[in-house]
Amino acid sequence: MYLPDVVTLELCETTCNGCGMCIKVCPHEVFELSGGKAHIIRRDYCMECGACALNCQVQAIKVNSGVGCAAGIINGILRNSEPTCGCSESKANCC
Amino acid sequence: MKDSFLIGKVTASGTLVPQISTEISVKDFLGAIMVRWGINRNKYRVGPGLYAVGTPGPESEVFVTANYKLTFDILRKNMTGLNVWILVLDTKGVNVWCAAGKGTFGTKELVSRIRLVSLERIVNHKRLILPQLGATGVAAHKVKEETGFNVHYGPVRATDIKKFILDGNRAEKEMRKVTFNFKDRVKLIPNDFMYGKFYLLGAMAVLFLISGISGNGFSYKDFSGEGGPAILKVFLAYIAGIVITPMLLPYIPARKFSVKGFYAGTVVFLILLLSKYTRGNIFEIISWFLIMTAISSFLAMNFTGSSTFTSLSGVKKEMKISVPFQIVFALVGIILQVVGKFI
Repeated sequence: MYLPDVVTLELCETTCNGCGMCIKVCPHEVFELSGGKAHIIRRDYCMECGACALNCQVQAIKVNSGVGCAAGIINGILRNSEPTCGCSESKANCC
Repeated sequence: MKDSFLIGKVTASGTLVPQISTEISVKDFLGAIMVRWGINRNKYRVGPGLYAVGTPGPESEVFVTANYKLTFDILRKNMTGLNVWILVLDTKGVNVWCAAGKGTFGTKELVSRIRLVSLERIVNHKRLILPQLGATGVAAHKVKEETGFNVHYGPVRATDIKKFILDGNRAEKEMRKVTFNFKDRVKLIPNDFMYGKFYLLGAMAVLFLISGISGNGFSYKDFSGEGGPAILKVFLAYIAGIVITPMLLPYIPARKFSVKGFYAGTVVFLILLLSKYTRGNIFEIISWFLIMTAISSFLAMNFTGSSTFTSLSGVKKEMKISVPFQIVFALVGIILQVVGKFI
């Protein structure tokens, strides 16, 4: 586990249609399906990768995903932009 | 340069599809080691498109992957004895996870590649098996809308693919979890070590120059006497941050990587102090503590980018708190270094 109480993960249970995709794609078992709906059960294990939000057909999930490494954040500050690896197609070697 | 993994051709719906081996050659093995050390990483790729493992037919599964050769090799070596299709996406030679994060292992490229190879003419079913870690870039329902193909997310690790297939394309819970154990962490160290080399050389240069200062001004004699130890201390602080902290990550107290790095740097500093390698007046000693811990803390913080469990929000919070400390430690440390030369 990383830092407690920081992630931007949000799930709207009313909108959720119980398809279970979020459970399938989450690398840290953050969700569980019960009573026909998904629930967040391990919020602090979320790494904000965004797989759940992207694969939710009804857009019940919101999360601030994106480049999440210190180097990328520094890069973003220096370029006055969002965190970025600064990789163009030709220099895709940062990760 | 001929690709040695190409061993023949398979016919499918009137087209010839390159057949690939599931054996890893010495060349593949050495190539993997090189990229782990950051060498040739940009150019280590295979051509995107459709490939055959064994002798697949219209009913065989389609596995989707990235065109980073290390990814491609790890996938195919776990497919011995299978007859399947492999659809390689053009991710600019980047692995699945990072490419998915950037969007290159994404819905758009997958849809485009399916159309380019006319996949609907190669197989008579509508299943695609994607690595689970591609899910950050692929919206399964959108791929279905555009191509009619159903994305099935397979296990995280290629080593679980055979069991996944045997279980009827079902993944157990453990196959869907990403770990970050000792082996996982150690594999990342060589690349991160090399990647930070400019920080390392920069810090070494600064401290080396300062070591030449003394009450008599600048002196070469002081360079050779004091310069070597200065460079070594910087190097050891670097190691504390980018090798020791990653290796012992879960065993070092604190949640923030920068704080773990601080502790590792402190331990290395204390070892040098107690063994009398670090000596001098109180200014010099304090300055080395500040400089070494600033370096190790900063490098350890950079390891968040290689970890599999840190979040963007968490890293931002950590940086807001720790970077000011690192900057102040480094600056005060350097000032005290200089001051210490004149006492």
